[in-house]
Amino acid sequence: MEAIAFYLFSVITIGMFAIVVFSKNALYAMSALAGGMIAISGFFFMLDADFLGAVQIIVYTGAVMALYAFGMMFFDTTKDVKENIKEDKIVNALWISAVVILIVIVSVPFVSDHIMLDASTSDYKVIGANNPQAVGIFLFTKYLVQFELAAVMLLVAMIAGIILVSKKMDISLTTTVEEKIEKEEFDIKDAK
Amino acid sequence: MESAYIIETIVKVVIILTVFSALAGITTYFERKVLAFMQRRLGPMHVGPYGILQVAADGIKLFTKEDIVPQNAVKPIFKIAPVFAAATAFIAMSGVPFLPEFTLPFTDYVVHPIVADVNIGILFVVGVMAVGMYAPLLGGMASHNKWSLLGAARTVIQMLSFEVVTGLSLIAPLMMVGSLSLIDINNYQEGGIGHWIVWAQPVAFILYLISGYAETNRTPFDLLEHEAEVVTGYATEYSGMRWGLFAIGEYANMFTVAFIASLVFLGGFNPIGIIPGGLAILLKVSFLIFLFLWVRAAWPHIRPDQLMWLCWKVLMPLAVVNILITGIVLI
Repeated sequence: MEAIAFYLFSVITIGMFAIVVFSKNALYAMSALAGGMIAISGFFFMLDADFLGAVQIIVYTGAVMALYAFGMMFFDTTKDVKENIKEDKIVNALWISAVVILIVIVSVPFVSDHIMLDASTSDYKVIGANNPQAVGIFLFTKYLVQFELAAVMLLVAMIAGIILVSKKMDISLTTTVEEKIEKEEFDIKDAK
Repeated sequence: MESAYIIETIVKVVIILTVFSALAGITTYFERKVLAFMQRRLGPMHVGPYGILQVAADGIKLFTKEDIVPQNAVKPIFKIAPVFAAATAFIAMSGVPFLPEFTLPFTDYVVHPIVADVNIGILFVVGVMAVGMYAPLLGGMASHNKWSLLGAARTVIQMLSFEVVTGLSLIAPLMMVGSLSLIDINNYQEGGIGHWIVWAQPVAFILYLISGYAETNRTPFDLLEHEAEVVTGYATEYSGMRWGLFAIGEYANMFTVAFIASLVFLGGFNPIGIIPGGLAILLKVSFLIFLFLWVRAAWPHIRPDQLMWLCWKVLMPLAVVNILITGIVLI
């Protein structure tokens, strides 16, 4: 049962993300991205991490929705995007091999027998208690430093975003544009 | 045991699908009647006695209408968008306990009237309902129509904004209960009307209702299909049953909001005096649905800028202050 579900979700996830990368239509790519994100939550539910699964759905709904908003503003989403990519074989070969090496470095310890996850001892038992509580206990005890660092990073990103957007907040863009147009019309009349 | 569990789940899913699809149709009839009586007219009267068969007539009309797909639309996305509306509405229902546990008559088989009893029930329901906003968005963007695009844009701002208020308004009662499971929340309110969370959290209840109306696009907040401004918004190009799926999704979401409101704030399926629990929750949900229709008859539309002002400058600060006060009281 679990194996069927796992392979089903794997195929859906990989298929969806493949569409994201290969599709030329912005609407296809974004819909597939949303679908892939939701399929990932299936893995969390299979691992009995209900809380993380629901959070995955909620967070990525909002995040991908922001992409949609950008898509709506910048593209005609019903038409294919024309890509002009200059293929550089050396660069492609380099980054693909770099990615493969990274994956091998990260995943080898899990495959080999030298490092084992010790499930019987310590914190692992807490997970049995209650899902959101376990996440909370872990975040505020064992992983407190990482959690706070992530929070600080998000805060920095937010402030940076506000500064980038609000460069000219003391001037009203609408009125300046109108004044400019009026001035130009005046100039044209003058010229006549 | 395993096969019994699978059969039970399938039966529950089929019952929920049929009951709520039918209820969506019947609710449109009641909506027209209630609106008509509030505006001193008769409403549907010609099809059957008191117009009861109007539902069947509407259904036949929807099913037999020609299914038009615009020439320049992105066809696969255009076709699948209404399915999202109905599917997410029904998937969200899988986390809702509709009735108290009961044993089947003549056997001792205990039925739990909830499809998937996950221990973060309310988070799952709210999250999946939020995914439902992809339906109008995709439909609007794939239609290749300006009105549809504007409707889709309004969907993003309205639903994303009110999502925040929904979440924040639900946090305060959840802090009191200390669990995200809807069954735990229901059991917390055992012991009569005095124990309902609504008395402790009146602000959260009203905030949740308001944002619930906004998320189901009900009238004061139905800006994304505002006839006078954007034709019917995202649904402009849809006809026949594809449009019908949007409507079914909307009404199913109304019922989910009503069930969540009665479970979290109004004592859920705990018995009131001599009224058994199952009947009690159905009465509460019927009243909340009636409230939806009543509000539609009583309030005019609001403007988009008023909507955003209401959400970010009134409701969200209120919700945050409510959480703060609840936290101080609890500590």
